[in-house]
Amino acid sequence: MKVEATIGKNMQPLLRVENLVKRYAKRSLAGTPEEFLALDGVSFTVFPGTTLAVVGESGSGKSTLAACLACLESPTAGSIWFEGREIAKLEERASRQIRPQIQLIFQDPASSLNPRWSVMEVLAEPLILQRKFTREEIDRRISSLLERVGLSPDIVERSPTELSGGQRQRLAIARALALEPKLLILDEALSALDCSVQAQIANLLVELQGSLGMTYLFITHDLAMAAHLADEIAVMDRGRIVEQGQAQKILKQPEQETTRQLLAAVPRLTLAPPLLEQ
Amino acid sequence: MILPQHKLEGGRKQVYHMKAILEIQDLHVSYRSSGSGLCPALTGVSFGLMPGEIMGVLGESGSGKSTLAGSLVRLLPANARITRGAVQFEGTDLLRANADELRQIRSRRISLIFQEPSTMRVGEQVRQVLAAHDSLGKGALNEQTRQVFDQVFPEEADRISHSYPHQLSGGQRQRVLIAQAIACGPSVVIADEPTASLDPTTQMEILGVFRNLREKLGLAMIFITHNPALLCGFADRVLVLYAGKVAECGSAETVLASPRHPYTKALFHSIPTVFDRPGNTRKTKLPAILGDSARSLPIRGCPFEPRCTERMDTCKEREPRRVNLSASHTVSCFKYES
Repeated sequence: MKVEATIGKNMQPLLRVENLVKRYAKRSLAGTPEEFLALDGVSFTVFPGTTLAVVGESGSGKSTLAACLACLESPTAGSIWFEGREIAKLEERASRQIRPQIQLIFQDPASSLNPRWSVMEVLAEPLILQRKFTREEIDRRISSLLERVGLSPDIVERSPTELSGGQRQRLAIARALALEPKLLILDEALSALDCSVQAQIANLLVELQGSLGMTYLFITHDLAMAAHLADEIAVMDRGRIVEQGQAQKILKQPEQETTRQLLAAVPRLTLAPPLLEQ
Repeated sequence: MILPQHKLEGGRKQVYHMKAILEIQDLHVSYRSSGSGLCPALTGVSFGLMPGEIMGVLGESGSGKSTLAGSLVRLLPANARITRGAVQFEGTDLLRANADELRQIRSRRISLIFQEPSTMRVGEQVRQVLAAHDSLGKGALNEQTRQVFDQVFPEEADRISHSYPHQLSGGQRQRVLIAQAIACGPSVVIADEPTASLDPTTQMEILGVFRNLREKLGLAMIFITHNPALLCGFADRVLVLYAGKVAECGSAETVLASPRHPYTKALFHSIPTVFDRPGNTRKTKLPAILGDSARSLPIRGCPFEPRCTERMDTCKEREPRRVNLSASHTVSCFKYES
């Protein structure tokens, strides 16, 4: 696999997925059992500090992939290696150490944050569950998390429902960062936000990658944002990765028809030259 | 009512010799909230929709775009108050129409595209729309339903009309909602973020359906979205809403290619343009608009002033007037007042 020049050749991948298969049982209209292959032999590698964007239409298997990586679904076949250890084969105790290092951020922060909790409670929960922090330490960590994602400390008493869409997504990111994960899986994390807020959150992601060396798996159907944030892009179609490579190359010389169709469908704002120069 | 030309806003009368089918005049809508009194959602919105025209309304959350859609068919939450203005449509002011008049107009003359269909068989949903508005016999009703489905599903009208919504894809469900909206042959359709949850390929497909209906049925449309790129090559005119006010309005080519209002400019700049700007290296920061629209509204002056990079002293003191930049392009900003 081709890797960015900035990464050493002998660096260990953070995440290696090999031949991942996920099969769901379903019934046809006539009632006969059928199988649905959501993931059909997916393999890829992600190096620390980089971003892999997984793009594809709805139903191509992107979100199943995210669920398998975050241990929310167990794959039918294949293996997932995180820092050289195979996740599925870990004992309960070892898996408890690995799982906090992979965090998932969803599309709609309004439904992934408990509306009855305050911002403080949302952020404290993962820290309390770890049972290794004192009260003071939890407080200190919460204020540094808020600062890191650009939220004012005044909001700790508020409920997530009182926050704007952008603030809620910042909160979701802060909660994901609470346990100092190495990998963030962003499943359409920007798609529900307004354009100007998308830009703010995208900037925050870039900033966090710079300061914390975060690794992102960015799942989206927005190719323009994928191209902006990612080092590499993997294009999925019906459970398979049909094309994968450096973001710029995929954009400029797509080899597969699926990729070309996705590119052609991106709504573009064609700006006149004078504006571009401003 | 057909409006006399002099009643049309500023410059438009020179360009459009046609008469507006729907004329929104100085619309003010507020929400009553517990404790803090009336909270304005729309302030002085005016525009006309020409027959067969696609008007793209661009706005982010809190801009009042959904309130606008709701006001036009008088389907607003119970705590909403329309405090001023008029919406003229075929001789009736919709804001002063009674329940009977509204029932005659909704669906038949103006219809709203909803976000999700209900859970009945989709054919039945369209049938019920027809049955509620037209007194047709059973045979005629079935025939009419089939014709409506033929419009939006030319190839598989029959199979789809017998399906339940959960058996359909997002794009197909959207087409069912369009079928419901056009069933009674309206001349104006209002769509509030109809494609927001669809992937780009399906989005394009649905925009194609709308364009097709415009060609075939001469529908005029108000298409509300937060994504300016969707309006490119689709809308005829673009109206930019910010904090319940019209920031800018003009032909789609003009507004999308050379926006003048600082908000419109900043909004367009915040969209990643890796395709169009080859020199734009990835992982550079996007020029985001700082702050938060809902939370930084000033008490007086221009609503965009706190976030504006081109603000001047005047912006804090009073509100900008609407300025005609050309016959078809208006902008509300002090930079253009002379």
